Amino acid sequence: MITGEKIVDLDVLKIRKDFPILKMKANGKPLVYFDNGATSQKPLDVINSVEKYYNSENANVHRGVYFLSQIATDLYDRSRQKISDYIGAKHNETVLFTSGTTESINLVAQSWGRKFLKKGDEILISGMEHHSNIVPWQMIGEEKGAIVKMIPLNDDGSLNMEIFKERLSAKTKMVAVAHISNTLGVVNPIEKMIEMAHAIGSKVLVDGAQAVPHIPVDVQKLDCDFYAFSGHKMFAPTGIGVLYGKRELLNEIPPYKGGGDMIDRVSFEKTTYAELPFKFEAGTPNISGVIGLGAAVDYINKFEWKSIIDYEDELLNHLTIELLKIKGLRIYGETDNKIPVVSFLVDDIHPYDIGTLLDQMGIAVRTGHHCTQPLMDRYCIPGTVRVSLSFYNTKEEINVFINALNKVLTMLR
Amino acid sequence: MTLEEREVEIIEEFSMFSDWMEKYEYIIDLGKEASPIEDQYKTDDYLIRGCQSQVWLHAWKEDEKVHFDADSDAFITKGIIALLIRVMNGLSPEEILNSDLQFIDEIGLKDHLSPTRANGLLSMIKQMKLYAIGLQHKTEI
Repeated sequence: MITGEKIVDLDVLKIRKDFPILKMKANGKPLVYFDNGATSQKPLDVINSVEKYYNSENANVHRGVYFLSQIATDLYDRSRQKISDYIGAKHNETVLFTSGTTESINLVAQSWGRKFLKKGDEILISGMEHHSNIVPWQMIGEEKGAIVKMIPLNDDGSLNMEIFKERLSAKTKMVAVAHISNTLGVVNPIEKMIEMAHAIGSKVLVDGAQAVPHIPVDVQKLDCDFYAFSGHKMFAPTGIGVLYGKRELLNEIPPYKGGGDMIDRVSFEKTTYAELPFKFEAGTPNISGVIGLGAAVDYINKFEWKSIIDYEDELLNHLTIELLKIKGLRIYGETDNKIPVVSFLVDDIHPYDIGTLLDQMGIAVRTGHHCTQPLMDRYCIPGTVRVSLSFYNTKEEINVFINALNKVLTMLR
Repeated sequence: MTLEEREVEIIEEFSMFSDWMEKYEYIIDLGKEASPIEDQYKTDDYLIRGCQSQVWLHAWKEDEKVHFDADSDAFITKGIIALLIRVMNGLSPEEILNSDLQFIDEIGLKDHLSPTRANGLLSMIKQMKLYAIGLQHKTEI
């Protein structure tokens, strides 16, 4: 439990000591970890919470009458409340645990989709979406005869809101959109989009995977119908994620996984289902993952959001200015409202060549299509080099990266 | 030169480098120097799957010997395939099929590449050998 005042000024060198992996070397050089968009590193608080659970708190939850099971259940339930508070949900039973953003979206597509989608209905998806927020909709669309349509992008990476407005119609039943693009770092105007979608009777699912580590999220204020995210991008373990849904909706849609925990009464004649959230949480959950996620929320809550956002803005500005000094470099995603994620290419040089050489110098960036192939097609590029930062990265690391990048480009030009 | 002699030559060249940056610099130079493939072979029919970059490979037979021509949009990939072609070009289909390409391990390439990149390398080798099989009874793929 967090007591005391929040930390206002970020002492980044002190924060880095919280993350043991940042001391590592890569190929003999100090590790410069710039791939936070893929996964974040974990602070000791989170690592210790998982270790402590297995050392002295491990038991199955909600099932036993004995002491250990009570401890485990308490920790588990408290984590759910922490996450519910973190995203501003009103009722913690509307916060479902899944294995990650991908499972969360699949759950909605299959469960809500099977019940509510009909032939001829339309699902609107933005052109910058991660495959996890495209493929589940294509799959249910095929099954139910619903059509998937795209919201195109402007050249600067922002969504074309005119065409979005045109494509919204009485046939639109779902709008699926990223809060923030994993490839471009662009923050989408989702509150406005939700308002527009609701006005014509459509539901909205928001992919919040890239948002939850960087900005405060308030699902009630957003008024989204569903909000999905993963733990591992917000300093928590892998294998745990969240689906938030409006209570009325979650009560209306059927479960999509059957088994233990999600039932009220089982017989071969008829089985009735449990209440929220358990209706959607069949089987033994990822208990240590949930506890780790709760510890991650506690860790982030030590800091003021303004401090994190201001610092990350500084990093983004420094990175962008330095990159734009490089001849032939083009940045993809040029809007004013961004998190510190920058995708770029340099002339015709293949991103794979750049990434491989940067790796030799201890720098971890991501190259390729970033699971956003339609976005790559839109720009007619094979992939990009992507730098994605967190508040434990520093300006000094950016300088090391820029020097290394210049050396690499000399080799490749 | 036999296939084995060509491999020994490459292993000796690589032994002169002290670290992987130098090795990559050499591979990149090989990629830059390699001639581009003709446009007619830069199509999906000649694309090798399983690589992060695009790789086109064309094979044909002349006087019972298999010849390769390849290209890639990434220099490192182009350099690696230039090495593979240097070893296997102008040999009989049987010699190509029987080669275990030890030099890849000896220069540390397979261990050094990440699993995704190593898969790409294996895809290239597999495709070259498949073409060799195909060319046992044809002259062009």
